[in-house]
Parts: sequence; structure tokens; C-alpha cells
Amino acid sequence: MEKFEIIQSGAVPLPIENIDTDQIIPARFLKSTSREGFGENLFRDWRYDNSGNPKADFALNNPRYSGQILVAGKNFGCGSSREHAAWAIYDAGFRVVISSYFADIFRGNALNNGLLPLQVSDQMLQRLFEQIEKDPQTELVVNLPEQEFYVPAWDERVTFDIDLYKKECLINGYDDIDFLVSQKEAIEAYESTRPWAY
Amino acid sequence: MKQTLFDKIWDAHVVRSIPGGLDVFYIDRHLIHEVTSPQAFDEIEARNLPLFRKDKIVATADHNVPTKNQHLPIQEPLSRLQVDKLTENCNKYGVELFGLGHQNQGIVHVIGPELGITQPGMTIVCGDSHTSTHGAFGAIAFGIGTSQVAQVMASQCLLLSKPKKMRITIDGPLHKGVSAKDLILYVISKLGTGGATGYFVEYAGSAIRSLSMEGRMTVCNMSIEMGARGGMIAPDETTFDYVKGREHAPKGEQWEQALAYWKTLYTEEGATFDKEYFFDASDITPMITFGTNPGMGIPISSSIPVNVPTGEAASFDKSLQYMGFAPGESLIGKEINYVFIGSCTNSRIEDLRIVADFVKGRQKASHVEAIIVPGSKHVEQQAIAEGLDKLLAEAGFELREPGCSACLAMNEDKIPAGAYCVSTSNRNFEGRQGPGSRTLLASPLVAAITAVEGKIVDITQYLN
Repeated sequence: MEKFEIIQSGAVPLPIENIDTDQIIPARFLKSTSREGFGENLFRDWRYDNSGNPKADFALNNPRYSGQILVAGKNFGCGSSREHAAWAIYDAGFRVVISSYFADIFRGNALNNGLLPLQVSDQMLQRLFEQIEKDPQTELVVNLPEQEFYVPAWDERVTFDIDLYKKECLINGYDDIDFLVSQKEAIEAYESTRPWAY
Repeated sequence: MKQTLFDKIWDAHVVRSIPGGLDVFYIDRHLIHEVTSPQAFDEIEARNLPLFRKDKIVATADHNVPTKNQHLPIQEPLSRLQVDKLTENCNKYGVELFGLGHQNQGIVHVIGPELGITQPGMTIVCGDSHTSTHGAFGAIAFGIGTSQVAQVMASQCLLLSKPKKMRITIDGPLHKGVSAKDLILYVISKLGTGGATGYFVEYAGSAIRSLSMEGRMTVCNMSIEMGARGGMIAPDETTFDYVKGREHAPKGEQWEQALAYWKTLYTEEGATFDKEYFFDASDITPMITFGTNPGMGIPISSSIPVNVPTGEAASFDKSLQYMGFAPGESLIGKEINYVFIGSCTNSRIEDLRIVADFVKGRQKASHVEAIIVPGSKHVEQQAIAEGLDKLLAEAGFELREPGCSACLAMNEDKIPAGAYCVSTSNRNFEGRQGPGSRTLLASPLVAAITAVEGKIVDITQYLN
């Protein structure tokens, strides 16, 4: 997993609620057996028409917007557990998704892939949408070690919460496998305490 | 302190807690399928790790499989590649596989329970969000991502923070014609598609207790559709009767030991939850969805809402525009061209019986394509043994071979763009059943009646 560093970037707004993982990456594009290449089908059916031409009104196709930060409506990533959703977003160049809350499985998948799910209040989300609408060049500086993002246009710092363990993992590029494998003795000891079945 | 069902099972699976509030959490059963496992096997291989407990893994092929001519090689090259990759990985690592053609093959959440792999008190994971289905047995069961699939392969554990607890109590008798599917669509319509995010749900109350195991599985299956990490129901005699004698169920003295433990798995009087909801079963009527998330459900005979919460109007309008419906409109009389009965929500023998019983002596409408896809080879065999296949065929329904089928349009079964499908599956997301498809979620009975009528009707006329 790549280390997460301070991200200074513009943002792409998707002011739609309950964006499910079938929109992020439809099931028919899940047939690859590797982790690469899902970015080209990110938001496939919102981004392209039936003939494969980009839809001009979709934010990812709008030249006004660019950057490594996706700002989306509440309950982002609901639905299927497909980690391909996080892979697709990352593969398309995003490093941060901002929303007022995330579906649990998506949040975990994002964190396991170096993609920061940054949760803000409903009011802050609304302010960000308004700011980006007003000035599509708006930049944000996401500082994970300090658990804050800075909006130069407002000269304002906004703090956010993140699980401390996952924060360390992101900053250092660690994942859970190394830690869990190191727990072998404790796991075997636990297994020996279970007398029957399962 | 008084414990909930969830606390008891969670605490029994904590290997150790680490600073910062995370638990090394032990997994009893790991179910895998062809879509979310290949990258996990690659991860294990790249790190040169063995499978920590290969005997705790069971594999099946379900998402990509065709539901016709399963004896022939899969036509679609990418689907075939993924299914072949699963076989190759299972052979290489010695994982038990119920692949295409195997008598135990089927949708992963149908075969676990029917083979007795799923048992009360267990922790069960799978790289699939509908793993919550297994909670019907009083298990902690939830979907995980592929990175976590690799973690469980490598250590039989996950690193988790304990979710918050919610209890949803539904008391009273259910009206005739109101099924477990209507019950859960009703609950989701009340809580909304993100209403249980961050929570693990226990379903309780006399309406839940009265459900069969099939019905309980339908309820727990859709927990994820309101954002819950999982859903569960305390095991009781209905549960024990279902599990007893199944292929992988404990036998003899082990059964007695297991049973004694399982009987301790209930929420103690006075135990507390972070959130509680109470519903009256008599308020529930047959349900249908009108929008593009499972929370957008209404009683079949009522109208699409006009007023939506402030701030949500844009998403609501987008959804209705996709569906071709208007606020305030009734769905009664809408012509339907496709009916899909199947998926991990409603493809068990009880579901097939309900449909066959209704269509006996009736005919589907000529403009409707009605497919019914059993959840497993065992369900298929049972349906044939009971003669349901003949009843369905006579009514013009096409009984297919087991798989996920048109629930997610990963295989050949798809609904065309713009077409309406009344579906017993679990998600009505945009394009879920094929690009441009329009899904209306409902119970098997509502689906069967819709197929016969060729349009949405108020089903009460059929209930007496």
C-alpha cells in the first residue's frame, strides 16, 4: 500500500446521496482477476452513454473540475462489499473521498487501499459543494498527520476524526495482514481454548 | 452487566484487544466465491503465506455462472476465466470447492445454511455484503472486502472495532400474504438506506419468532440494505430443527454439547442497545419499491411519496426520473415485462413453493418473461422431486439452473434498458439488473401475481 502524504488538490463534486458501489463500478466490470485497471470504468454508466461516449454533464467529464479529492453526498459507497469500488476510485487518481458519512464496508475497503474516507458534517459538506460550485478551482489541503484539512479560500482549518491505528497504517503504508500474521501465537492459543465443533 | 446475543458471540471470538480499541477477531467459517477471491489468493501467494486454516474455508461459483446449460463450458470468456481461476486456486491450496456441476453448488448464502455449515454462535465472513443472511441462525455474519479475505486466509482473523448495537422488535401476527420480504422492505423503508450504518442489528419480537428459517434468512439478508454491518436472530427450536441432521451439522455427543451452548445464545432481560426500534406487524402490508435504493419502498396499494426531506429532493428526483415515475403516482396498473424470482434473498425451496402454489392452474401474461432461479442444486432437486418444475413450466415460468442470475447482471441474465422488472432480489440500484434496467423489489408472491397479471395489482383480491 502506498503511503498517504499531504494532499493539496482541487476537488470533483458529486452532490448525489447514497451513491452505491454498483454506480461506482457496475458488476459487469468486476471480471478481472487482478486489482488494476478498474479506473477506466469508474462511474461507468453515469460517465459514458451506451455507445461509450463521455456524458458532458457528468462531473468527471467536466473540464471545470479536476483533482485527487472526490466530494460526494451522504452514505457514499453503500451496497455491495466489492473492494473493486475503492480500487476503481484510486486507479482513477483519487486519494481522498469526502462525504458526511460512508457505508461501513466501503470505508474499510478504502482504508485498506490508501484511499482516505474523510467524514465531515452535513453542513460542512454543503459548504464544500457551494464553494466548489462557486469556484471550481477551489483547492483543499488534506493533512492526515494533523487530522485536518485547510481550505485556502476560507483560510479555515477543519479537523476530522479517524481511527488512530488506521491513521498510522495510511501514513506508513502498512496493512493489517502483517499485523495479523504476527499474532499467530495468540491465535493458536485462542484456538486451543475452544473445546468443540466449529 | 446483562449481555446481548451480539455481545456474547462477539466476546467469545476476541483473541485479544489491542490499544486503540481494535480486536483481533476470530472467524469460524470463511465462504469464498469467484469474484472477490482471486486477488486475495494473489496476495497470499505474493507474500508466500500458507492458508492459516484451509479447513475453515468453503468455496462455490455463483456470481458469474450461466443459469442455462451448466454442463457446457461457460461461453463468456471473462466469466469462464474467473470461475476457472477459482477452481485452480482451490485445487492449489486444498480448499473445498462446490464448483459448477457439483451437487452442492449454489449461491454461497443458500448453500452454507442448507449444508449445515452455518451454525448458531459462529462468526462467518465472505467477500459479499449479503453474508448477513447467515445471521438468521444466531451467528455474527458479515461481508468483507478482498483485502480482508486475504487477511482471513492468512490468519483466520480480522482486526475490527466492535460495531454499535441496534435492536429492531416486530411484534404481533403478520397479515395473510405478508411475508418476511415485505417485513424487511417495510423496516428498510422506515429506517432508510443508511439508517443502520455503523450498527449490528438484532431482530426480535413475536413476528420474527414466527418466521421459518427461510423467512429469517430473507430478513437478515437485507440488513445491509439499510447499511447495517449485519443482522441476527437468536436461535430457537426452529433453528435447531433446521440445523439438525444436515451434512456439516454436529452429530452425536457434539450435537448435545453444541445444543447446550446454543441455548445460551439470547439477549438477556435488561441488556442495552445503542438504538432500538419497535414496529407492529399488523401495520405491514405487501410492499414494493419504486426508486433506486431499497429504502424507497411503499405498500403496493399506496402512492409514491410527494414530500421528501429537505436536501434530498435532487437525489429523489433523479431516482424517479430513472424509474420513469412521478411523485404521488400509484404503481397499480403499471405494465411489467420481466419477473425475476431468485437471488440469495428469495431462492429457497419455500420461495419456490409459494410461487408454484400460486401459479398452479394459471398462466403468466403473454408479454411477461418470467424466470425462476433456484438458489442451489439442492433446491433445484427438491423442486423437481415435489413436481414444482412441472407446475411452473405449465404456467409459462422458466425454471433455470442455480446461480446469482439477474440479481446483479454479471452473468448472461440481464434485464434490457428501460424495461421494468419485478424482482425478488435485494437491490434496485440503477443498472443493477443490466444497464438501464428498472427494478421493483417485492416478495415471491407479489412477483408471481405480477407475472400472471402482466402488471402491478393490489394483491389483496388474491388473498382469500
